[in-house]
Amino acid sequence: MTPEVLTVTHGVVGYDGRPVLRDVSLTVTTGEVVALLGANGSGKSTLIRAVLGLVPLSVGSVTLFGQPARRFRQWHRIGYVPQRLGAGSGVPATVTEVVASGRLARRGVLRPAGRADRAAVAAALRAVGLADRADDPVATLSGGQQQRTLIARALAGEPELLVLDEPTAGVDATSQEAFAGALRAFVGGGGTVLLVAHELGPLRPLISRAVVVHQGVIAHDGAVPDPAGHHAEPDHDHVHPHGPEEPAGLWSTR
Amino acid sequence: MSLFQYEYMLRALLGALIIGLAAPALGTYLVQRRLALIGDGIGHVALTGVGAGLLFGTSPVIMAVIAAIVGAVAIELIRERGRTSGDLALALLFYGGIAGGVVLVGLSDSTSANLNAYLFGALTTTSREDLVTIAVLGVAVLIAMIGLRPALFAVCHDEEYARVSGLPVRALNLLLAVTTAVTVTIAMRAVGVLLISALMVVPVATAQQVTRGFRATMAAAMALGLFAAGAGIWLAAVADTAPGASVVVLAIASFVAVTLLVAGWRRLRRGRPQPAPAPEPHEVVLGGS
Repeated sequence: MTPEVLTVTHGVVGYDGRPVLRDVSLTVTTGEVVALLGANGSGKSTLIRAVLGLVPLSVGSVTLFGQPARRFRQWHRIGYVPQRLGAGSGVPATVTEVVASGRLARRGVLRPAGRADRAAVAAALRAVGLADRADDPVATLSGGQQQRTLIARALAGEPELLVLDEPTAGVDATSQEAFAGALRAFVGGGGTVLLVAHELGPLRPLISRAVVVHQGVIAHDGAVPDPAGHHAEPDHDHVHPHGPEEPAGLWSTR
Repeated sequence: MSLFQYEYMLRALLGALIIGLAAPALGTYLVQRRLALIGDGIGHVALTGVGAGLLFGTSPVIMAVIAAIVGAVAIELIRERGRTSGDLALALLFYGGIAGGVVLVGLSDSTSANLNAYLFGALTTTSREDLVTIAVLGVAVLIAMIGLRPALFAVCHDEEYARVSGLPVRALNLLLAVTTAVTVTIAMRAVGVLLISALMVVPVATAQQVTRGFRATMAAAMALGLFAAGAGIWLAAVADTAPGASVVVLAIASFVAVTLLVAGWRRLRRGRPQPAPAPEPHEVVLGGS
């Protein structure tokens, strides 16, 4: 078994001829918790969408668990947490119904849900602290609780790799803590994480490696930039990885 | 009920009941997809098939199924690909469909009464063979919609997530498109092209006012569809009204009744001094226990 969970080699992505990612190479190995940081529009979300095959690469290649993405079929090994609940929801759905969707990658389209499926859904709901809301319509939940529902959906599939797109954006402190706890348990169980983040918040201690994407290229790959507490200093010059006209050199290690 | 001693009334009732169950089962997915009026559009396209069938002396219903399937698949492919131009492409398909149908029916020697049967339904002329067709196709639709509910729910709820789950998203979307076409053509016999969407959508709209989950919405919509179909045919028999329109009128009456009941119930609860404006529920961190 290769320890490489995913690799992107010289990936290029463009929307309508405008390049968003320019020659990006990235490797994530088993057990790593990698945070993709960068400004809005830097290409960090595009990078994970390309990894998942939601956006085609115009140049370069992606491998998942050692297989070329084109031939990859073991989707149950990946749990995806999108930025927010899909727009399409004209009909009410309970939290359990949404989370149960996470089992489909594992059990397939035709097999009905069994005891193991129900147990996994219940465990995922407990992991994110939503067990008491299981039968409520998702639309009645707060933004943070909806976000936790999506994380539970990914966890329900018992994946080996979690891919999260800004999981803590606009999420209240309680949900951030619940989320960090769920992620800690997942990583403790040997899971690998690739997450896009704007602010790390309570996730910071979990991150083993930070990759900063700037204007479509990787500007930094290594230790988490600006250590915790730094922000709190009263005279701290508030420089963020998402500053709009930030020079790339700031985050480069060279 | 002595009214149903006539075989044609019995056939009408059976056909309506099957459609009353199948149409809302499919409609639940369409409403979730925000494609509530797709049935209407496909009905227009089916009319071209009816026209072709009448013109060439082949079975109008079979031609309608073919035309509707082609139209539905075309719409799905446009939806999958396009963004802005999709709207216009749909409009072209819809109006092209109904205009083509009217022209073709005109070219054939059929009377306008014949066209009316497809525009507004002609349930009481359901033959034994028609009923078999309705039953077979209706049961097929029901099996697909109920049996594949988790996967279809996932695709309709969050298509990107379904894709990353490795679900056959395109196959499931095409299945929904084809099922819509089939349901439209069998419902065409009952309520007619112009009222098809009502039977797919109105029971769902009624149900979701009181339900909390997807499965419950689907079940309640099917029950409401069954009720509207049965009561509509009874009303048509008693009051000598058009059966298809009676079914739809009853479906909409249920919607209005439930809306009023829900509004009244809310007001009643708000009137009471007790449960203060439901506070934000506690956010419990169970920490994996």
